[in-house]
Amino acid sequence: MIRIINSRIISCVSKQLTKPIGAQLSRSLCTNVPKPQKEEVQVTFVRANGERVQSKGKVGDSLLDVVVNNSLDFDGFGACEGTLTCSTCHLILSQADYDKLPDKPSDEELDMLDLAYDLADTSRLGCQICLEKSMNGLEVKVPATVNDARS
Amino acid sequence: MFTVRSSILKTLISSNFSKFKYFSTLNNEIKVCIVGGGAAGFYSSQYLLKHLPNTQIDVIEKLPVPFGLVRYGVAPDHPEVKNVINTFNKTAQHPNFKYYGNVSLGKEVTLDELRKAYNIVVLSYGSEIDTLLNISGEDKKNFMSAREFVGWYNGTPGLEELNPDLSGEEVILIGNGNVAIDVARILLTPVDILKKTDITEYSIEALSRSKVKKVYMVGRRGPLQAAFTIAELREMLKIPNVQTIWRSADFEGITSDTVTSLPRPKKRITELMLKSLQEAPKASSDDKQFLPIFFRSPIQINGDSQVESIDFSHTVLKNDRAIATNDVEKITGQLVCRSIGYKATSVDPSINFDDKNGRVVNKHGRVLMKDSTEIDKGLYVAGWLGTGPSGVILTTMNNAFQISQTIIDDIKNGELNCDEKKPGFDYSKFRAVTWDDWKKIDEKEVECGKKLDKPREKIVSVDEMLKLI
Ligand SMILES: Cc1cc2nc3c(=O)[nH]c(=O)nc-3n(C[C@H](O)[C@H](O)[C@H](O)COP(=O)(O)OP(=O)(O)OC[C@H]3O[C@@H](n4cnc5c(N)ncnc54)[C@H](O)[C@@H]3O)c2cc1C
Repeated sequence: MIRIINSRIISCVSKQLTKPIGAQLSRSLCTNVPKPQKEEVQVTFVRANGERVQSKGKVGDSLLDVVVNNSLDFDGFGACEGTLTCSTCHLILSQADYDKLPDKPSDEELDMLDLAYDLADTSRLGCQICLEKSMNGLEVKVPATVNDARS
Repeated sequence: MFTVRSSILKTLISSNFSKFKYFSTLNNEIKVCIVGGGAAGFYSSQYLLKHLPNTQIDVIEKLPVPFGLVRYGVAPDHPEVKNVINTFNKTAQHPNFKYYGNVSLGKEVTLDELRKAYNIVVLSYGSEIDTLLNISGEDKKNFMSAREFVGWYNGTPGLEELNPDLSGEEVILIGNGNVAIDVARILLTPVDILKKTDITEYSIEALSRSKVKKVYMVGRRGPLQAAFTIAELREMLKIPNVQTIWRSADFEGITSDTVTSLPRPKKRITELMLKSLQEAPKASSDDKQFLPIFFRSPIQINGDSQVESIDFSHTVLKNDRAIATNDVEKITGQLVCRSIGYKATSVDPSINFDDKNGRVVNKHGRVLMKDSTEIDKGLYVAGWLGTGPSGVILTTMNNAFQISQTIIDDIKNGELNCDEKKPGFDYSKFRAVTWDDWKKIDEKEVECGKKLDKPREKIVSVDEMLKLI
């Protein structure tokens, strides 16, 4: 029960919501938020084998939302559905993009990242990064999965 | 209708030909039986259905209900971890997926029968037996395995009668992995929090009468070798009205220099332990206590019929191994749970099984022939049964994906010939539970849960489950 208290989801949503958030926190919060203007943000996911997957999300979406909403084919991505209990939405950013993110990872996010494969200094969980207008053109690396490891 | 030999085909496909185009030239349906409907079984099904066209998958599962340890292991106060079930449900909706619950390998069906009926058999029936300490007194009353205790609160059929006696104030957990932490957390968390989870009603009832105040968690090696992970520890440190009390002697020699040089995960968890150690506990006499202890190895279980205390020898580390010394410490505890690992068992005499390590003999998931290094073509093992019982669901998922990819590669490379048309197996002679049947059980559980203001109330008796269908 203690884990449900997901600070990042709260902070991510509270930017756009003034009313208090109910007890049920889940990934869907990021998408269910009413958005005054639906501004689109371009995101490119780069697989470990170099393949580039272009996609779009809306301001307020998490990077996990972008993967789910666009049905991007990353096997096993987002297993716990954005509740900070796994590390399957692990993404690696460039140092510059990492530094630009408004929020630093919480302890809970770092705890999960500690269990991720191919952990890097600029690793983040996709469910914890919410898109902002300024992130248009963001490029993130999807760490190797069995899919890419295959020759 | 013709089948093309894979070797010819390989020379025909140009490098940019996708695997789908290759497989779509095969006319035969590939029949796969997956034994065990836990995480490994579902993730293997998911991967094969997606990447191996023309596959028909039958999952057979010992219990009427699916999901293995995701249902019966994962702690009730971690509902988010069970979100993986949503993905399993999607897999089960696939038209080429069939579920047969209440069918056990080694009981209703033999491996030989399955091999005849399917092109491919994947064994993924998990590791159910826990490792013994092999010291005297393990049969004393209220000495049990953590796995049994977990099965009890999670409603594993057969364990509802475990009746752990919670009338003593002290509990000892031997072993310091995440399962031990789960048990400690369930014993120490206020019942008002637990009763909103899918924990069984009978255990809530027992826990609400519990007198437990102190939970010792004892590891053979030191803090740097602790098996629990950081998220689980952080959660322990946040339980309301529970103090975590470390022994400073256990941390002797762990300086800020040693910590800085550790790899990031070890570094962060060690820093968290040190931080918690340095924070003087705000003593309140009502508080319960969580007491991690290191460098102690159990040598004797004391008590008449019921366990009363354990003698531990002090240990020292040599080449990362715990070596017992002559110093002994007695720790009292009226309930003791052993949590030092699991083993699988062989459920069918024709399985090539490694009794010593408790797993199926395999090389990268390909099962080997008995007394040979040759691959037993068409037989694979995934999940804890093949890897041994360690890691989280993510580890099991990666393993299942990898083994499924190995299967696909074996077919692609002509190592495994699936040209023969296989009949599949007729389960109608057993009281097999279909996916729709499970949905009825599922609905009933959710409905019963609603009345109690919890996500579900699990049905524990197999007979009762079967009555619903
Ligand atoms: C107490 C506990 C808590 C855990 N908590 C977490 C957690 O919070 N987070 C996390 O990520 N991981 C957790 N894990 C680890 C996770 O459960 C495993 O990684 C994963 O379940 C292993 O999957 P598996 O399919 O190999 O085995 P299992 O999940 O055990 O599945 C095996 C299945 O095979 C069935 N079976 C057995 N014998 C037969 C037979 N003869 N014929 C047919 N079917 C059979 C069983 O009934 C079972 O359904 C926990 C493990 C335990 C033990």
